[in-house]
Amino acid sequence: MGEGTVVVGAGQAGVQVALSLRELGYTKPITVLNDEPHPPYQRPPLSKAYMMGKLSPEGMHLRTSDYFERQGISILSERVEVVDRSERKVVCSSGSRFRYEALVLATGGRNRTLSLPGAELQGVLSLRSLDDASDLKERLTSARNVVVIGGGFIGLEFAAVASKSGAHVHVVEAASRAMARAVSPEISSYFTRRHMERGATFSFGDAALRINGQDGRVTSVETTKERMLPADLVLIGVGIMPNIELAQAAGLTTDGGVVVDEHLLTSDPSISAIGDCAVFPNAFSKTRLRLESVQNAVDQGRAVAARLVGKPSPYCAVPWFWSDQGEDKLQIAGISLMSDTRLAKGDQATGRFSVFVFRGDELVCVESVNRPADHMAARNLLKTGRLGGITPEVVRNDAFELKTYAARAVADA
Amino acid sequence: MPTVRYIQFDGAERTVDAAAGTSVMQAAITNGVPGILAECGGAASCATCHVYVDDAWVDRCGPPGDDESEMLDCAASERRPNSRLSCQIELSDELDGLVVRTPETQS
Repeated sequence: MGEGTVVVGAGQAGVQVALSLRELGYTKPITVLNDEPHPPYQRPPLSKAYMMGKLSPEGMHLRTSDYFERQGISILSERVEVVDRSERKVVCSSGSRFRYEALVLATGGRNRTLSLPGAELQGVLSLRSLDDASDLKERLTSARNVVVIGGGFIGLEFAAVASKSGAHVHVVEAASRAMARAVSPEISSYFTRRHMERGATFSFGDAALRINGQDGRVTSVETTKERMLPADLVLIGVGIMPNIELAQAAGLTTDGGVVVDEHLLTSDPSISAIGDCAVFPNAFSKTRLRLESVQNAVDQGRAVAARLVGKPSPYCAVPWFWSDQGEDKLQIAGISLMSDTRLAKGDQATGRFSVFVFRGDELVCVESVNRPADHMAARNLLKTGRLGGITPEVVRNDAFELKTYAARAVADA
Repeated sequence: MPTVRYIQFDGAERTVDAAAGTSVMQAAITNGVPGILAECGGAASCATCHVYVDDAWVDRCGPPGDDESEMLDCAASERRPNSRLSCQIELSDELDGLVVRTPETQS
């Protein structure tokens, strides 16, 4: 015992470490500790295809249990309580102990809660897990008035499904626009308009003050701007908190996430942290960041696996994100942090456009709406690192086509 | 239950059974068929589940949609007339026995 890798968390990041280790020829034991009551599954469809009834829970499984078994990957239902660094073991709530040579923390996050009066009423939900999604989906079938607290990706993806199912949806967002932390104003304004076309209404710069109910069930949401919104279903989607308590208790450095270096190592050289819970030096924004995305989870999982089989390289994958809302597809490549110039290209009226985001003369991010070719081109381009020529002046030119430009740059690289 | 035969770039083959309604990508991923990455999990957002549909099956699979077609233009391996994103091909009894080839690289 003690001669293998133990992964805490069976989300996309944790499972990827295990899969990549085997692909790379790792032969020691791999144990993935799963604190959810389901086999490992993908989360993105929960607010999209699964919510719409287009996917079954089985359809979201990351791999069949047969496959994990054949690969010699043990996925165990365990909740880790303690990381004992001196003994190099983890202790679970069941009493089981697992010794490790390498430990990977892929503990993810949990929904941020609001301490609102009435938040405990029936019909007030949040969305992170398959069980959350199943509950929400079931209640949506009879919901007439849905209030979404928080106009971020999750809230708006759910809002699109809820509108489509025939409910009236009202979104309450504290910031002055939708998805404000993640996207540029042009994108916010396009998506807000589209949601309104589907019948949704919005209050920006407003927040829930209390949730009212009758007989234990939600009936309305009162806001700080004194709106009284009728509600038989409320989704609170105000972001996540990274699960860092295990790391903290074990004395690892944390700072809004488990702090790791460019090799995704924590302050203990036998412990890595990846995915939603990890704060890492981002090669693109040149800051320390914590990212919540499938891309980040998967690429960090691969990077740790490569290091564990003796092929380390600094983590520098291009960040990308997507969100499907109704008929519209938003795709983001890069990180728009600390940007100063934006240029929208394409047609915002018909909903096929991209926003080019610059920091000084440097292209840092491309946000595309229904322009998948722009998105792919942007990712390929960011990967080459050859962005010197693509200044705001170049993009402003009417004849500029990202696809053509990127194809040339990639061929030259 | 439809079966799908996946032929890799190096000639290795895998055949899997999958429920009707499952995508060709999902059937490959859950069964660990190599050669398909599917980084976005089936949202036609990443072009890493690119396959070449066997000529005998091209008509039955149909042409790619507009967004899919745009993504295929930017896939890591060459686009051909029989290129599809496997996340956008839904399995049915009509596609029982489908043969697809995976490209040299997906990323």
